Amino acid sequence: MATAGDARGAIDAVWRIESPRLIAGLARLTGDVGLAEDLAQDALLAALEKWPQSGVPDNPGAWLMATAKHRAIDLFRRNERLERKQEELARDVGIALAMDGADLDAALDDEIGDDLLALVFTCCHPVLSTDARVTLTLRLLGGLSTEEIARSFLTAEPTIAQRIVRAKRTLGATHVPFEVPRGEELTERLPAVLEVVYLIFNEGYAATAGEDWMRPGLTAEALRLGRILTALAPDKPEVHGLLALMEIQASRMRARTDAAGDPILLLDQDRSRWDPLLIHRGLAALDRAQQLGGGLGPYALQAAIAACHARARTPEETDWVTIAALYDALAQVAPSPVVELNRAVAVSMAFGPAAGLELVDQLVDEPSLERYHLLPSVRGDLLVKLGRTDEARAEFERAASLTQNARERELLLERAAACGG
Amino acid sequence: MRFMMLMLPGGELQETGDWGPPPAEDVGQMTKYNEELTKAGVLLALDGLQPPSKGARVSFADGAKKITDGPFAEAKEIVGGYWIIDVKSKDEAVEWASRCPGGEGDVVEVRQVFEMSDFPTDVQAAAELSEAPPEQTQSR
Repeated sequence: MATAGDARGAIDAVWRIESPRLIAGLARLTGDVGLAEDLAQDALLAALEKWPQSGVPDNPGAWLMATAKHRAIDLFRRNERLERKQEELARDVGIALAMDGADLDAALDDEIGDDLLALVFTCCHPVLSTDARVTLTLRLLGGLSTEEIARSFLTAEPTIAQRIVRAKRTLGATHVPFEVPRGEELTERLPAVLEVVYLIFNEGYAATAGEDWMRPGLTAEALRLGRILTALAPDKPEVHGLLALMEIQASRMRARTDAAGDPILLLDQDRSRWDPLLIHRGLAALDRAQQLGGGLGPYALQAAIAACHARARTPEETDWVTIAALYDALAQVAPSPVVELNRAVAVSMAFGPAAGLELVDQLVDEPSLERYHLLPSVRGDLLVKLGRTDEARAEFERAASLTQNARERELLLERAAACGG
Repeated sequence: MRFMMLMLPGGELQETGDWGPPPAEDVGQMTKYNEELTKAGVLLALDGLQPPSKGARVSFADGAKKITDGPFAEAKEIVGGYWIIDVKSKDEAVEWASRCPGGEGDVVEVRQVFEMSDFPTDVQAAAELSEAPPEQTQSR
């Protein structure tokens, strides 16, 4: 017999699967994402009350939707007494709710897909700060609780709760319509969506703060979001490019740390630990991006670089000349000092440390890299290869003083010590 | 967390150990289910298997190998196909399994995939002995 604890787990699982569709569907009906989430949460509370006794219904998604709609109708009836304007709104919504029926399955799949995509674009709307976009995306599309998000970002729960409330208020106050942008606007706004997903991935893949170098929960969320996006927008090459990049990077996760949790650099990793299924998926997604004519998009280019590593069975087999060329292309389409730094590393591997150092030295005065620990870290690495260990030690020490990550700091201090005193 | 969902077909298929391509109606339903898994971002891989009558078994006993061609007379719980999914919990995997359009007598078994971190350190060390990774499946 099922216990209460079992029921909680089953309800959480249903919530995880159904909540994005539920919120998206409700947002379409009410035109208000904030209200939609409140209604969905009400339905969840009702489920938590009922299901432990009654068991999970056969079609839990439809049950949650019907319950949320009843709440909506109650809410609008109550509000009807307040204001004429709200009265009109209530009538319209009431009609929409009544006409829509209770069966989620009855809605066309396309429509649900469109609603979900509208939810994605709303969560990542430019009126919101980047933090707010990330938080809202994890909350509404990932189905994560405030507490889970707070734990993932090592932030206090009230801070996250406040961020969500403020974000919802901003969306309401600025009258952001609940819709999928069309044509040119879609092209303009897609990068913001991809950026949010990749930010989530990176926070999990190389945590910027805290004791652990990786937080696999966040990379898993980002991968799931990326996979959902490729299903929602299959004709957008950069969506596949981003997924390719994340799948290939994630394929290395179990090789990236040793038993003590310390990071292992790419070229030192045991490649037998790379996940062949994720590599296969990543290469397939990259293929798709290229077939759709998006091989030169910034994510697809990064994925192509990651793919060069994935295809090399040993570090010696790495095609550094191609990687250097891909970084060259990346520097053209998405110029940034960080890309230049990576290009310098690739050039050093393809054409020798002196050639790489020449490029790195051009970045030393770059203001945006002043506090970036990887600049002295890379410079130190090249100096070691050139036998200039005294200079290298100073660079590693500087890098260690700049990183916020405890594990990485240890590694850098070890490298400094290895340079001798 | 990665799980494998194993489809153990029931009824006649289980008894005969022989099947051809499934009827169009079943395929339609299963395709819809697979699409749901894809749209939810949880599906990593899936395959339907040809019947045991076209397969073989290699069994190891008393230091010897024995090869038996299918179908297998005394076999129970024949696997008809599998899905590999990436989900947050066993509950989520079970919820997905329960949404599978299974026929009468079918069983979907849900099994979690071992992660390297599940192993003790000596086992992890043994796994590190291999020099080169297995050949990657090419994307085309």
